[in-house]
Formats: sequence, structure tokens, C-alpha cells
Amino acid sequence: MIFVDEYRDPQLVHSLSRQIRAESHRPIRLMEVCGSHTMAIGRFGIRSLLPDHIRLISGPGCPVCVTEIGYIDHACAIAAEPEVIVTTFGDLIRVPGSQSSLEQERARGADIRVVQSSLDALRIARDNPDHKVVFLGIGFETTAPTTAAAIAQAARDNANNVFVLSAHKVMKPAMMALVTGGVDLDGYICPGHVSIVTGAAMYEEIVAECEVGCVISGFEPADILLAILMLVRQAERGEHAVEIAYKRAVTWDGSQPAQRLMDEVFVPRDAVWRGLGNIPESGLGLAPEFNRFDAERAFDVELPVSEEPAGCRCGDVLKGRCEPVDCPLFGEPCTPENPVGACMVSSEGTCAAHYRYQNE
Amino acid sequence: MCLAIPGKVLSLEGDIARVSINGVICEAGLALAEEIAVDDFVIVHAGFILQKLSSEEAEEELSAIRTAFVDQEEP
Repeated sequence: MIFVDEYRDPQLVHSLSRQIRAESHRPIRLMEVCGSHTMAIGRFGIRSLLPDHIRLISGPGCPVCVTEIGYIDHACAIAAEPEVIVTTFGDLIRVPGSQSSLEQERARGADIRVVQSSLDALRIARDNPDHKVVFLGIGFETTAPTTAAAIAQAARDNANNVFVLSAHKVMKPAMMALVTGGVDLDGYICPGHVSIVTGAAMYEEIVAECEVGCVISGFEPADILLAILMLVRQAERGEHAVEIAYKRAVTWDGSQPAQRLMDEVFVPRDAVWRGLGNIPESGLGLAPEFNRFDAERAFDVELPVSEEPAGCRCGDVLKGRCEPVDCPLFGEPCTPENPVGACMVSSEGTCAAHYRYQNE
Repeated sequence: MCLAIPGKVLSLEGDIARVSINGVICEAGLALAEEIAVDDFVIVHAGFILQKLSSEEAEEELSAIRTAFVDQEEP
């Protein structure tokens, strides 16, 4: 397939691998921020193509993994209300909350539906005028504009039974908080699809403030190796810069329509990231003009005190402080079939990727 | 949640496109992208087209890598 096969060409991939080995002399630590990169690195065996002194660390870019447990509790409480339909991306449904999960609530009779898109939630709301339809909005700058587009559409349609429970987040404050919080990094392999929306310009502040390299990568093996080569070159020269290794999709300024919709519908607010804690201005709440679509306001529900599962080290995994195998729960009892922590639930989670690919 | 594989636009109707992703046909909203046409290769995320892929940039990128690293290794 065009745009895919060329970037998996073994000759190209091995040439990039050899070039990295030839040019890389000093040990470096690189973090891939995006969950899809974590999966691609495992799936394509990228680590085996690198010298041992290049360490790849998985970051907090899996939206499900960084969703705080209190959000799951909130969604479960709303789902238990009468005449409510909760719509959600499939990844979220099995994440354990403090006392329950959406899957367990559904087994108890709650109407919880897996959707592929925020537009599906609008459709369900139109088909069920006697129900309140709540969309669980999670994700970064890739997904937040899709929720924004649906809310803008709901406003145009004068819909009165559509609500969003927003846990949307933005990447830059978290990427900066990791470095200023003491995670030792030479560079970020920056998320390709977030960057389609934000543009490469977003990373200039990270490079300037945190003194790390930022190279935006696509998701094929040649993309990832090219990004690593660019970061190796920066490290060998002692420089930090923003570069794009995914030029077929990413521009310097990003997607104007997506940015406009996000700016119109959302306002920045503080957000709690699972494992990272509260990060100022890293979340997106609904702008005042769209308050009537805000599930936080529309539902007065009682929430339990959120509790993390005992022994779970998702937080340390998300900060690159430990490997999944260092967690006492990894593999027993925490597996993709019976996950304890969020990093094992999501198909993009660091622990799920490790579990799946560690023996390959 | 993220789908990293590009799709090809089959048809456009109003603010919805029909896109083939590896042979699977899905609908994708057009609200987040500009100037999408039939036969474009696009990145679809959560039911919306996020971006059109640039074949010029892809060609340039690939030929730069090939010229820099692959050709010089040929016997």
C-alpha cells in the first residue's frame, strides 16, 4: 500500500539502522510519547535495530492510561442514572475504577455503547430523544477536535440531550512537566498525529525550556528510525531542535480548522494525569458558551473516594521510572485479559505492548 | 484509539467522506480538514479526516533517505 510499504522496505530500514549505529557514540535516553509509537516499536522490533546505549522509554501518550481513576468512577456513576445512554471508545470500557468499571455497569443493566466517533453519539441522541446521551471525551489534540466538532454540531442542531464528560488533555504541559519533574531525557520522539493538529511549532517552547530534542515521527519503521537518527545527530552535536521526520503529514503550523474548533469549544484547565498528578493548564473543559453540553454540570452524582489498585506501578511506568516487568502485578495477576492497571487495558498501553511483544 | 494507517477517499457527500482503509470502508467527517478530494490519501482518526497526506513530501523524504544511506552501500 502506498505510504506504508515504502516505509517498511527492509533495505531502507537496515540502512537507517546501520547509519544510527555508525553515528551514535554516547548513551542517550529517548521517550516516545505516543501509545501508537509504543506499539509500533514493539511490533516492528525497533529496539533490536538499535545499539544498546540508545534507550527507548515509553511516555504518557496513551489517553486511556493517563485517565485518572476518578474519571472512570464519574462515568460509572452517570451510567447508573436513569434514562442515560453512555457512549464511549472501546478502550475505556474495561478500565477498572475504584469500585466498578463501565463493563461491570453494563452487566448490571446500564446502557453503555461503544462508538467509533463522537458523531455516533449525536446519531444515538437523535434516535433516542427521551434519553440523555453522554459521550466520554478522552484523548489529546488528535481526538479533542473531533469532540469539539460534535459539540459545535450539537449546538447548531439545538440538541438538548447530548452531553460530554471531558477528560481531554493537551500534550505540551505534560511533556514539559516530565522533564522539569526530573525525568532524564535527551529527546522526545514526538507524536505524529497530535502534531498534525498542533503543528511542529508547539515543540519550540519545550526545546527552549527543557533542553531536549523534539523530532516528530510517523508510525512506520523507517519513520521511527529516521526520527531516532535525527535525535542521535542532535545529541552528538550537543544541540536541541524541533525537526519533522513525518513531512508527508505534519506541517509547521498544523491544522487550522482543528485548532479553531478546539479554541471555540474548549478552555484550558488544570487536569490530573494518572501517574503524573495535577498538571496546570493541561486539560480541556467546555467553554462557558457550551456549558449546557457539560456532563459535569448536568448530572449531580455521588462519587466514591478514588483509590488506585494496591501494588500497581502504572504511574512509574508512565514516567519511564520503571519497566513494566518491574511491577509486582505484571503478568500475574495483571494481563490484557484481566487488567489491573490502565497501562495493561489499552491496546496502546506500555504494559500491554510489553506483554505482547516481550518474547518476540 | 489511534489508527496509523492511511485511507483513500472514495466519495464525498456533504460533510462526510467515504474512505477505504485497507479495504474496510468507513465514513469520516470533513470538519477538521480542508480541500479533501476523491482519491486523496488521508489520515482518519475517531471518525474524522485529520489530514491529507502529501505524496510530494513522501517522495522527497524517501528519495533523500535512499540517496543518503542506501545507494552508497550498493556494491
